[in-house]
Amino acid sequence: MTLGRCSFSFAVGGGRATFALVALLCAGLSVFAANFPALTGRIVDQANIIPAETRAAIEPKLADLEVKSGIQLVVATVASLEGEEIEPYANELFRTWKLGEKTKNNGVLLLVAPNEHKVRIEVGYGLEPTLTDALSKIIITNAIAPRFKTGDFGGGVSRGVDDIITVLTTDSSEWQERPVLRLDEQQTTDPVAWLLIAVLIAVATLLIVSPGFRWLFLNVLLNILFNSGGSRGGGGFSRGGSWGDGGGFSGGGGSSGGGGASGSW
Amino acid sequence: MTPSIWRIRAVLAAVLLGLTVSACGYNTIPTLEEQANAKWADVQNNYQRRADLIPNLVATVQGYAKQEKDVLTSVVEARAKATQVKIDVSQLTDPDKLKQFEDAQNQLSGALGRLLAVSENYPDLKSNQNFLALQSQLEGTENRIAVARRDYIEAVRAYNTELKTFPGLLWASTFFRSNKPMAEFAANENAQTPPQVKF
Repeated sequence: MTLGRCSFSFAVGGGRATFALVALLCAGLSVFAANFPALTGRIVDQANIIPAETRAAIEPKLADLEVKSGIQLVVATVASLEGEEIEPYANELFRTWKLGEKTKNNGVLLLVAPNEHKVRIEVGYGLEPTLTDALSKIIITNAIAPRFKTGDFGGGVSRGVDDIITVLTTDSSEWQERPVLRLDEQQTTDPVAWLLIAVLIAVATLLIVSPGFRWLFLNVLLNILFNSGGSRGGGGFSRGGSWGDGGGFSGGGGSSGGGGASGSW
Repeated sequence: MTPSIWRIRAVLAAVLLGLTVSACGYNTIPTLEEQANAKWADVQNNYQRRADLIPNLVATVQGYAKQEKDVLTSVVEARAKATQVKIDVSQLTDPDKLKQFEDAQNQLSGALGRLLAVSENYPDLKSNQNFLALQSQLEGTENRIAVARRDYIEAVRAYNTELKTFPGLLWASTFFRSNKPMAEFAANENAQTPPQVKF
């Protein structure tokens, strides 16, 4: 965004070197650290502890949950927390993967770090009233931790997922809210569209009426064209909600503020 | 040229100026400022949420460990003090005020930590369902506080950087002269992460 806007202003001044400098500065601001596994599916088993049959049993349940309620529940195991506590790690991973829909933040991450003996349920902003900290803690202490203790990772993950889904789907308020929210979403797109049309009309009129603007506009266009290689780095960030089953799975843009609970075994 | 054409040109020039001004970063400073303010609201809400949990916690502990009067009163007092220090968004530029808020909350964290350590000695209390639920809520809230603080620090950093670096510097020294850099949590690494409640 910033890059596109900068190119507009510098077209008037015509300083290309300055533009490159600003582009560098802008790019430097958005550095993301940490070495997270890629979001390859609803189950990301980096630590390799989930047996194939458990995976086959859980995967359809997770997909079904998203189709029915839009909630993205992802199970992840990591080989190492890289020296971090599990709470900040889970939060950063959740935000990197952007689980849940952007407007509703309805994602849940079940993170297992077998080498550190830590497990966490990280809950997106939108699901905090349903899957509360206390309920998450109960699921971890009753369903997950005892099985992990005996080395039964498949059983622990499977029971944990079942319990999380039960909690998420038995609360009716989440379902009832959906239609209302959908309507809001559509309405908000309308003014933006009108504004775009208005701007287009304004630009077209200016092009016809004023020779000075024609000259300026041409300059800007040329500048954008010449700098297109440099300005491509910033934009292109949006992700649609995903409805895929398995292949090409991606987060919907949701975020989390640290809700949920952690435990160890 | 006739005056009417001049008038049209003036209007068009104004529109064009508006487009250009908004296009080259005029909006960035207010946008970042609003973001930092919103993040501050999150921080304050989460501390408030913790304060709201405390009366219940104290009541539950009192039922099992009446003799721990000192610890219980210190929590109640620290809570009262911490809820009094509120920071308006306009005061965010004042490091002293932020430090005052920080100190009050840290004192409460310390008192809470002592309370939870003491409750380790009461097996009946430790297995009480209500206490367990409160403990997990408190734990979750501490974590939310940590996340909200991190977000606030990042938002303030972005805002302060915008005020001091090139495109923003122009606007900061002309139209936004009253905008001052916001105070970050001037705390050591230890205090940056509120103590985790473990059990």
